[in-house]
Amino acid sequence: MDTLTAEPTAAREHRVARRRRWLLACLVGLVGLAFLLDIALGSVRIPLPAVVDVLLGKSSGTVAWDFIVTKIRVPKAITAVLVGCGLAVSGLQMQTLFRNPLAGPSVLGITAGAGLGVALVMLSAGSAASLYAIQQLGLSGSWLIVLAATLGAALVMLLVLAISARVRDNVVMLIVGVMIGNITLSVVSIWQYFSAPEQIQEYLLWTFGSLGSVAGPHLAVLAGVVLAGLGLAFASSKPLNALLLGENYARSMGLTVGRARLIIIASTSLLAGSITAFCGPIGFIGIAVPHLTRALLNTADHRLLIPGACLVGAALTLLCDCLAQLPGSSTALPINIITALVGAPVVIWVTLRRTFVRSSFS
Amino acid sequence: MMTAPTPLLEMQALVIGYKLGRAERKRVAGPLNLALQAGELVCLLGPNGAGKSTLMRTLAGLQPPLSGQVQIEQIDTQHISAAELARKLSIVLTDRVEAGNLTVQELVTLGRYPHTGWLGNLTAHDQAIVREALAATNTAQFATRRVATLSDGERQKVMLARALAQDTPVVLLDEPTAHLDLPNRVQLMRLLHQLARQTQKAILLSTHELDLALQAADRVWLLHDEGQLHAGVPEDLVLSGTFEVAFAREGLVFDQATGTFTIHKPGTRLVRLDGSGPLAFWTRRALQREGFMLTDDEAPLRVELREQNSASQWVSHVAGQIQSHHSIADLLTYLRTVPDLGQAQL
Repeated sequence: MDTLTAEPTAAREHRVARRRRWLLACLVGLVGLAFLLDIALGSVRIPLPAVVDVLLGKSSGTVAWDFIVTKIRVPKAITAVLVGCGLAVSGLQMQTLFRNPLAGPSVLGITAGAGLGVALVMLSAGSAASLYAIQQLGLSGSWLIVLAATLGAALVMLLVLAISARVRDNVVMLIVGVMIGNITLSVVSIWQYFSAPEQIQEYLLWTFGSLGSVAGPHLAVLAGVVLAGLGLAFASSKPLNALLLGENYARSMGLTVGRARLIIIASTSLLAGSITAFCGPIGFIGIAVPHLTRALLNTADHRLLIPGACLVGAALTLLCDCLAQLPGSSTALPINIITALVGAPVVIWVTLRRTFVRSSFS
Repeated sequence: MMTAPTPLLEMQALVIGYKLGRAERKRVAGPLNLALQAGELVCLLGPNGAGKSTLMRTLAGLQPPLSGQVQIEQIDTQHISAAELARKLSIVLTDRVEAGNLTVQELVTLGRYPHTGWLGNLTAHDQAIVREALAATNTAQFATRRVATLSDGERQKVMLARALAQDTPVVLLDEPTAHLDLPNRVQLMRLLHQLARQTQKAILLSTHELDLALQAADRVWLLHDEGQLHAGVPEDLVLSGTFEVAFAREGLVFDQATGTFTIHKPGTRLVRLDGSGPLAFWTRRALQREGFMLTDDEAPLRVELREQNSASQWVSHVAGQIQSHHSIADLLTYLRTVPDLGQAQL
């Protein structure tokens, strides 16, 4: 131990800081690369130089490529970045607030709330006419679905915030959140039980998640809400650092715990609620990315972890989307399948190799 | 204190306890009217469950009082913001910190929390205070280690460093010596005593280390089971017997002469010990453990201590038999073979 600590603190700190800067730069590069790759891959394969040309405002020479890149692939890639950032940061906040490595964006029941909204719209469309109308609107792109999901998420969020304002203890808050999620899910199950198989299938498709259905005004709204949520999260990085020592210490160092918790929950609700509303319940990113980021950056400081989680989350979501395109085939798998299939082994590997997941919570 | 100084921390009719339900309350102690002065080290003593931690937490504003108020620099703590209170009072709790991948340096730096801006960036002044806190607690040499790799004792010192980095006039410590070995405990008490004197901080610590508290504390607050609190200079409390009453338990005897509690019931067999100095002290301890009671009168057993050429000798006189022994072990082994040492005439 002595030889390890012999190096002067200042020199070591300097070296660690340099390594972190280098890592962050690498991550930025990785996100850029994954972004380009995500645009290039798909049922129509577009060469990377052509992608770069279109992104720089020039024409690739093929009208179809120009159209595919600007109207479909770029919005989808931007959505992937927003989803990755938003879910990763909301998961990080929940894990720190509740001091629980298994917490994620869905732990407060907000995702389930969005699902309830969607289920209500899809399954209450009992008459063939309204079901037809919804399908005509285009299921995934429809404002109706987004509106329903947003309302569902917002309703649960208001409930959670109201309870959070009364509850003094974070452990109680965690249990209440999980219970609200379960109640919401069982309400959805009741609806499913009394619905026709075709209706259930529609709902199931929504739960697979999709990045490709957000464009134009949808994308603008999603981007606005996610950026607001990220802003709130970054503003909470100092309180989040204090909460690492537990609520009592945080309070003794001058943190108004109730207010900080309200801001953190509001940020998580905005992020998880809006993303679920637009893209469906995308799992795994929110739980996995915070652990990956802590292990990569080797720190517990949220001033670094929040930007870091954004980068890792964006890169992971983009790469998952690339894989979902099944290179070499024209079919695309739902994003939700890939995130867990790819992400889980990565997390298992990191967890086994490093002790950070354990030591950050013990 | 020479002139009547204004206290840093003052309790006014403070009743501490818990609210169990809407109307139900569990009173732990109070009403308390006590004050902490600048530059003094006060030890809070009391048996388990007497409410030491509850008092600490109430003073730190982590738990509301049932009634009465806590004033810090003559302002009611209920009326100032958490941040303002955190600049006046810091606390080391018994809570286990579960942030293992923070480095010691980062954890101590968190102590600057109430002094830094919204992002928590440090000025040169902040950094200097963190360095001082690390140096004062002897934790600078493991500043780059992760909290998860620290032993319990090291953790405790780091948490103290964090409180010092908070740089507040009042410092509360809830059982800061619990995981420390004796040299570290002594060092900690010495450090706190020094800090109180040099920086004019008011330091209150709760502890179970009676002998250390008696030696280092400027004043002692003795919390009884029934919720009363006696305050005073430690020596006064010992001489008035208050000390003994607070810890009175079956089989526990407080020895006013040495300031320690003895765990052995007074023996029933009488012995007279002739000798003095450390040799006599440790021989007496051994005899007490064996169930002897020491007396200055004639007794069936007499032990005489001799020192010749820097070698010690124990000479026992029992019923005309004189035996010489070369160690306490020898003496005790011999005494166990003597059947008729008799019971004390009760």
